[in-house]
Amino acid sequence: MIMQQLALILVASALVNNVVLSQFLGICPFLGVSKKISTAAGMGMAVVFVMTLASGITSCIYQFLLKPNNLDYLNTIVFILVIAALVQFVEMVLKKTMKSLYNALGVYLPLITTNCAVLGIAIINVQKEYNILTSIVNGFGTAVGFTIAIVILAGVRERMEDNDIPESFKGTPIVLVTAGLMAIAFCGFAGLI
Amino acid sequence: MNKYVERLYNGVIKENPTFVLMLGMCPTLAVTSSAVNGMGMGLTTTVVLTASNMVISLLRKVIPDKVRIPAFIVIVASLVTIVQQLLHAYVPSLYDSLGIYIPLIVVNCIILGRAEAYASKNTILLSACDGLGMGFGFTIGLTLIGIFRELLGAGTIFDMSITPDSFEPVTIFVLAPGAFFVLACLTALQNKFKMPSATNKIDSNIACGGNCSNCSGSACAANHGLIEAQKAAEKAKKAAAAKEAAAKAAAQKEKAKTEVNEAVIKDSKTGKEK
Repeated sequence: MIMQQLALILVASALVNNVVLSQFLGICPFLGVSKKISTAAGMGMAVVFVMTLASGITSCIYQFLLKPNNLDYLNTIVFILVIAALVQFVEMVLKKTMKSLYNALGVYLPLITTNCAVLGIAIINVQKEYNILTSIVNGFGTAVGFTIAIVILAGVRERMEDNDIPESFKGTPIVLVTAGLMAIAFCGFAGLI
Repeated sequence: MNKYVERLYNGVIKENPTFVLMLGMCPTLAVTSSAVNGMGMGLTTTVVLTASNMVISLLRKVIPDKVRIPAFIVIVASLVTIVQQLLHAYVPSLYDSLGIYIPLIVVNCIILGRAEAYASKNTILLSACDGLGMGFGFTIGLTLIGIFRELLGAGTIFDMSITPDSFEPVTIFVLAPGAFFVLACLTALQNKFKMPSATNKIDSNIACGGNCSNCSGSACAANHGLIEAQKAAEKAKKAAAAKEAAAKAAAQKEKAKTEVNEAVIKDSKTGKEK
């Protein structure tokens, strides 16, 4: 029963309510870091790592600290500070212990602090009244959805490099059109659950 | 022009956050499904931006330089929480329709960007005018995009039906994909007419796009060193490549010269033989 519920949350957050294409969170890295598949995958991995951790920790803080003391209204302030501190902490730990992983994710970690998707997921977890386990699964699923979207977009952009695009659509406009078409495709998942 | 009016003009026209700076893309795409939502979001952001600019300007000599970004975030987050509670109490309909995007004003690039670029260096009144100008520019941008999407997608403006019954609304424009298409057309028009916009500039291959005007302060501050290093490395690589090419060309020239010399010698030899 629990497994079924977790699987449902995972599919819903990764595909049906895709964080970029249907909720518009994390648009800046989605458009900015999607030039090459390799960098897009690196960013995706960093987001998976940070978002899963952050949703677990913010959920713990909410369940054990804010909710029992009726401090719900401090959500935003506490979450953004925790996320900013967490990213710094993760960066330092990776630098000290896992050099190779740090080299792979290093540039992307500071970018994630102000990525609205991470804060967004923490707040969505509270709004949907998820417990700690479901919050972690939701955070992980959302991050996987982000990775799927950004890697697909990077693949399309690599293919588009040599194509004959109308002069005024070169650059950002054609990327936005591509994202729009992807959003239509992801609308197809709507009936899945 | 009066410098206070100049700040307003700068925010609304010259550096309009939606059309020129292309900042705050997430709310621009997410809440513009109707004109009312766009305007509500714009005004909410204006209030937060003006207040945060004023507070940060007031505290600019107290906040130590090293911890300024976390300090800014705390100030902005507190203001957003206040505004959120006020909206919840007095405008519940807007609170419901904006939903999660109200707390997310905290991470809106415009607010931290203005705090970092302007409010931390200027007087209170100027910072307030700057916040008002930027906020109104953002409100106008969101409202215009909202009107456009609502008109095409539902045939109404501000919930007033204005199109004839024969007009079949193109529902996709109020759905998620429509947001991308509208923004794509907008940026394409800006490219076409060479209007000043962050999207017309060619960006580099650096991971974050290397576009510092499109990026909020903290990420930039943390990444700046890395970006500079990467840029320098790229430059050095290019210079090395150029040097190598030059050396190669020189070597080739030398080779060609010797070949010519040899040929001349050969010619003279054959000539002698003849």
